[in-house]
Amino acid sequence: MLRRPRLFLSDLIFRMGTGAFALVLVLIVMGIGVVLWQESHLAIQKFGFAFWRTSQWNPVMGEFGAFPFIWGTLYSSILALFIAGPIAIGIAIFLSELCPLRLRQPLVFLTELLAAIPSIVYGLWGVFVLIPIVRSLQTSLPDWIRAIPAFSGPPVGVSMLSAGLILAIMVIPFSSAVAREVLKSVPASQREAAYALGSTRWEATRAALHYGRAGIIGALMLGFGRALGETMAVTMVIGNTPKALASVFAPQHTMAAVIANEFVEASDQLHADALVEIGLVLFVITLLVNIGSRMLIWNMTRQRSGSRRPAAATPAASVPGAA
Amino acid sequence: MMKILNGRGARGAATAALVVALGAGVLAQTTLINGAGATFPYVIYSKWFSEYNKLHPEVQINYQSQGSGFGIQQIQKQTVFFGATDGPMTADQMLAAPGKILHFPTVLGAVVPIYNIPGVTASLKFTGPVLADIFLGKITKWNDAKLTGLNPGIALPNTDITIARRSDGSGTTYIFVDYLAKVSPEWKTRVGVANSVNWPVGLGAPGNAGVSGLVKQTPGAIGYVELIYAIQNQISYGTVQNLAGEYVAASVESVTAAAAAAAGKMPPDFRVSITNAEGKGVYPISSFTWLLVYENPKDKPTAKVFVEFMKWMLGDGQKFAAQLGYAPLPPQVVQLELAAIAKIKLQ
Amino acid sequence: MIALNTRRRLLSNVMTTLCGLAVLVALVPLAMILFFVIAKGAGSLNWAFFTELPKPVGETGGGMSNALAGSLIMCGIGALFAIPVGVISGIYIVESRSRFAPVVRFAADALNGVPSIVIGLFVYVIAVVPFKGFNALAGGLSLGIMMIPLITRTTEELLRLVPGSLREGALALGATRSRAVFSVVLPAALPGIVTGIVLALARIAGETAPLLFTALGSQYWSTDLSQPMASMTVQIYRYAQSPYDDWHRQAWAGAFVLVTVVLICSMLARLATARLSRMKVAD
Repeated sequence: MLRRPRLFLSDLIFRMGTGAFALVLVLIVMGIGVVLWQESHLAIQKFGFAFWRTSQWNPVMGEFGAFPFIWGTLYSSILALFIAGPIAIGIAIFLSELCPLRLRQPLVFLTELLAAIPSIVYGLWGVFVLIPIVRSLQTSLPDWIRAIPAFSGPPVGVSMLSAGLILAIMVIPFSSAVAREVLKSVPASQREAAYALGSTRWEATRAALHYGRAGIIGALMLGFGRALGETMAVTMVIGNTPKALASVFAPQHTMAAVIANEFVEASDQLHADALVEIGLVLFVITLLVNIGSRMLIWNMTRQRSGSRRPAAATPAASVPGAA
Repeated sequence: MMKILNGRGARGAATAALVVALGAGVLAQTTLINGAGATFPYVIYSKWFSEYNKLHPEVQINYQSQGSGFGIQQIQKQTVFFGATDGPMTADQMLAAPGKILHFPTVLGAVVPIYNIPGVTASLKFTGPVLADIFLGKITKWNDAKLTGLNPGIALPNTDITIARRSDGSGTTYIFVDYLAKVSPEWKTRVGVANSVNWPVGLGAPGNAGVSGLVKQTPGAIGYVELIYAIQNQISYGTVQNLAGEYVAASVESVTAAAAAAAGKMPPDFRVSITNAEGKGVYPISSFTWLLVYENPKDKPTAKVFVEFMKWMLGDGQKFAAQLGYAPLPPQVVQLELAAIAKIKLQ
Repeated sequence: MIALNTRRRLLSNVMTTLCGLAVLVALVPLAMILFFVIAKGAGSLNWAFFTELPKPVGETGGGMSNALAGSLIMCGIGALFAIPVGVISGIYIVESRSRFAPVVRFAADALNGVPSIVIGLFVYVIAVVPFKGFNALAGGLSLGIMMIPLITRTTEELLRLVPGSLREGALALGATRSRAVFSVVLPAALPGIVTGIVLALARIAGETAPLLFTALGSQYWSTDLSQPMASMTVQIYRYAQSPYDDWHRQAWAGAFVLVTVVLICSMLARLATARLSRMKVAD
């Protein structure tokens, strides 16, 4: 059948009707971008790109330098990635390759449970449990370590390290679940070929990892994107101090945290617009990281034969509901 | 159509109309008044709104305690009926509002320096300049010579001083820095006086509650909060030297003494600072705190209800102040205020 | 030769152990969090917690009844908004054969990654400022927006899992596309979709940031959608920042309730998917 199939009226109504709801979804995403852009134009006009290079954040004097926030967001998220990355991949490997079958279900359930805990509960635990731990960790370090700039500062507890740790814990289940999916979609032939050549368990796993490396990177990037936007748990443990500092023990700030803290009482329009501009950039960054990581993952999983996630519904498909 | 108007239809419609009318009537009776602002007086406001609700169950006053800055912003935007602040609105802020906003003092309070020093439970003595130097970041250890000099009998440890200050726009900050500017010329030029300042050092926390919590949980911390927060949370607080040279602890008496001089020459808009006041037994970091109400509010029925509350607040309400560590308003101020309330346009 | 083989086997065992350790490392914070939530929260749950309003500042006692109700109401509003949009968008992506479908899919993925604080900003501008006040409807709306991509995703996956034979059978019998979808395909995927909705609800029940500047908070019992409303998450946040030990106690109790709800929903969802896959195998 080479002609385009005729569209019946009811099919048209079906497409229009369902499309209307789908349009709402698209409009919301576009709306977020548009609204954020509009509401931040005062700050954009006034400061331009210097907004992101200046470090003085002083709403009272009308000085708005947002560098400390982008510093803090990147620092905390990269720190979280460093801690969570190896662990997430390790969990994914263990649960998909090396785990005895009986343990698999309960362990998967437990890691999913980590993901299900609300961020406010993480924050609560962070304030009352993690911060004292970080504080005593800091005081127990020998003086020569504490002399290094990256580990210097008074033992306050609220710090970049606390934020990085909490973000790592929150990101682990997320990244490991996606990494597990990626590993599952590696064709069995890859592993079988490795075993046929006499590999050990680990070497076969390495082959699978190599095959799925794009997807694994995608999984880590997704976790990174999640860490970038996390608000509550971070603002409760990071100290909310708008300074870009090297020390992992120093209280600092992030883009999401400053919006949460200052927006409700930004009494002058410039302050409010500056915060919305921060929100706009956060939106764009997380969008790019999210899209990039999904492209990596879908690219990888699409290659699997009979893949569960085809890249897109193509109009030329003549068999409806082709899997 | 005719079928509906006779027989069962008519009875059904009448019942429905009655239910709706009753429902509307019940709803109409409860007045919900939204307010927002200072955390400094939150403890007594919370008590007042609860007590007033017991006397008048149909009046619910919902107060969002998120700082004076928040209160000023919300009343400017008219998203709340009344605001609350301990830092009087600036001329610019008042111009930004769509109508004239009046300040009404409610109660007097004190800002005390709280601290958490391992091993020290005694009350430390502070002078104004020393406090300014601490908050400027010039005094960094608890056993600094200036502090040990003031407190010879107390063993102060070699711990870092961690400053806890407000992260939000705060009238408590205003009162504290207003005092610091009067006693330290360096503070006045370097940092200045406002609800929100560019702190040289320090960790920010939201609200009086946040600063109290931060100090309570951080060994070596110093902060500034309203007296009741220190008392209710059993946090040590120090005495401060007043203009007369005495080291005075914040109390109902010492705060009342601070207001005594101002009570006689209160400006008509009630915006006055009483920090570092002259006199004996005066606590130097005291202040009034104000409610912000439009002179010509849009919501007249709510305004009528709220004015009744304000009159109660100036009368029976003042009795709750002392038990919560706040000082009641001087009688002259109460009289002036009752006259000023009449200016609110209720028609 | 032998040394090499032993080395390789050793390496394999070491790596297996390391990966197992990774799992343990991840489980340690989980155990700690659950331990603290149960230890500090379970004991504070009493009848008063569920039925009373918060007491004035500084007084002990009282409860979070208004916050519980508020969370339920706003999650309900969110679901009311998100379920139609989410499910039907999922249907559109899979069944409409339209060129616009990949765009919708992309939008759903994009929305999934938007930080919740940004969504709060968006809803503040469109639903708080025009109405001159914080209101519960805006709070529910922000929660709903967060639910949409989750529901769309689940619907899409489950619709794809429905065997083509079902669709083809319906169409062969002369059904229109909409009939085939709504009468045959959707009911087949429905249990999974409902599970997905329950999971999405559990997920947003724990959200705080979008409510900070939409619903704000309240100390009173309120079901008025045009006024600020209390919620479990924001209340826990405020209590955690306060210095009052009694409020800390109540914050832990609230956390316990939240975690329990989420746990129950997750377990139910797991049971449901397990039963579903068993049914499919039996097919």
